[in-house]
Amino acid sequence: MTLVKEAPVRPAKKRSAAPVAGRRGRRRENLAGYLFMSPWIAGFLLLTAGPMIASLYYAFTRYNLFTPPEWVGFDNFTTMFQDPRWQKSVEVTLKYVVVATPLKLLLALGVALLLAQKRRGQGLYRAAFYMPSLIGASVSVGFVWRALFSDDAIVDRTQKIFGVDVGGWIGNPDYVLYSLVALSIWQFGAPMVIFLAGLKQVPQELYEAAEMDGAGPLRRFWNITLPMISPVLFFNVLLESIHAFQVFGSAYVVSDTRCGPADATLVYTCYLYQKGFKEAQMGFASAMAWSLVVAVALVTAVLFWSQKKWVHYEEAAK
Amino acid sequence: MTTVSTPAMRTANERRRAGSIAWHVGALAVLAVVLYPVIWVLGASFKPSKDIIASIDLLPSKPVWANFSGLADGISGISIGSFFLNSLTYAGLAVAGVVISSSLTAYAFAKIRFAGRNLLFTLMIGTLLLPYHVLLIPQYVMFRKLELVDTLVPLVAGKFLATEAFFVFLMVQFMRGLPRELDEAAKLDGCGHLRTYWSIVLPLCRPALITSAIFTFINAWNDFMGPLIYLNTPEKYTVSLGLMMFRDQEGISNYGSMIAMSLVALVPVIAFFMAFQRYLIDGMATSGLK
Repeated sequence: MTLVKEAPVRPAKKRSAAPVAGRRGRRRENLAGYLFMSPWIAGFLLLTAGPMIASLYYAFTRYNLFTPPEWVGFDNFTTMFQDPRWQKSVEVTLKYVVVATPLKLLLALGVALLLAQKRRGQGLYRAAFYMPSLIGASVSVGFVWRALFSDDAIVDRTQKIFGVDVGGWIGNPDYVLYSLVALSIWQFGAPMVIFLAGLKQVPQELYEAAEMDGAGPLRRFWNITLPMISPVLFFNVLLESIHAFQVFGSAYVVSDTRCGPADATLVYTCYLYQKGFKEAQMGFASAMAWSLVVAVALVTAVLFWSQKKWVHYEEAAK
Repeated sequence: MTTVSTPAMRTANERRRAGSIAWHVGALAVLAVVLYPVIWVLGASFKPSKDIIASIDLLPSKPVWANFSGLADGISGISIGSFFLNSLTYAGLAVAGVVISSSLTAYAFAKIRFAGRNLLFTLMIGTLLLPYHVLLIPQYVMFRKLELVDTLVPLVAGKFLATEAFFVFLMVQFMRGLPRELDEAAKLDGCGHLRTYWSIVLPLCRPALITSAIFTFINAWNDFMGPLIYLNTPEKYTVSLGLMMFRDQEGISNYGSMIAMSLVALVPVIAFFMAFQRYLIDGMATSGLK
């Protein structure tokens, strides 16, 4: 409080305390900053910004790699919207995102709540649950999945014991997508760890106070835990749904390299790969890529808009 | 501690123990389901090919070695070792690239006040959300024109140019957490930024560097779409592509060796994971918190 009268002097004093003062020093800092991040700047220009402009251009051309791109206006987009396989790929991807993301996050939250209790062996459990997140993306696990879900293999036979017969998984256009969903849910470790870190930050006093007021476990979860971890929940929803939109490897490996019987696992990126790299329709594929960017941007925007309604930020507490 | 225990205390103790047992039973049940595929592939690799799909048993009734010894023949004339060597080269270069370029970039964002820093930082974070596929085709066209297709360059160029924003972000978070006094003291002692970066910030950032290195290694090892698009000579294939080739050539007839090789391909990832899981899990957790 006694420092108040000094306050106006302090900012100026602080700046002059730096060893190199004034405009020259600032210029030197600028130079150092740009030198240190020159790899990123080069990468951003050559591998991100440049390609983005190029692909925007390709999206309006017919381009097969061998002859120069030919401007066609909105042709790629109109063909795309009328293409039944494109429509199918949108349908398959949306189904995948809408089913896999909530189930994965639900399981991640459930296990995180379980592991948030202080018990012996907590670290071991946490590590074991996290492992699938790291190996799940490999072709190896794709093969394992294919073997587990093959028609008349373990999953199929086990469920028949319980009297459920869906008529196979991998070979069945109605169910093959759900084997991919299962593979995605299996990798719940990463969001689980993030939930767990969020749960650790909830102040214990809140629970104690609520318990004294006679709130049961369900009430405490709904009124304390959920609002307190809502920023983390938001982050997980955002990241997981964006990832889900871009699924490729599992659809390519688990079903088959053409993405499924009867296009049943023709996820968006799989069709993009087929159009671009199998049929050399680079213009069409670029139009597809930009539509994906728009879709992801829309989802991100909607999520950010909606967070005002359900995400609690404890700014005052910081 | 207490010699007298009242009935009330005893029931409280009993209840706590019952709760603990219920917790472990629940956790183990979920764990069993989660680890089932991993245990299954271990068992299946010792089963005769015809049993792998058909048999419902988790473990083989009579373990056989044939699946593993069959791997010695390689895949259509290419030895398994070649695929592993290629994957190792790819992953090694990727690790070197990410660690060097991301730490330099992160230092600039975290420790240097330069004009335009906030704008560039926002751009960098923005690339985290950008679907990779929009860059896929122009990058391919570019590397094709440079005649670099079928080399490792397209796969690792981005790693040396800090395009993996996740790691830059991770290191920025970590460097911002380091006490300010340290680099201010270094500055007063006349250390330039290069010196401060190299002798003060980098050694203190070891956990973040290890985390990024291990994640990069595992991602490169698992990478499928990159090699699928850029590599076309089987001699240059990584393990992922080798596995796919195996499946396309041998099909169901040699399921045993395919599963055995899947297992062998997982070994480096699982080994790395076991050795460094603490770093990986903490790294993942920090990424979600701020």
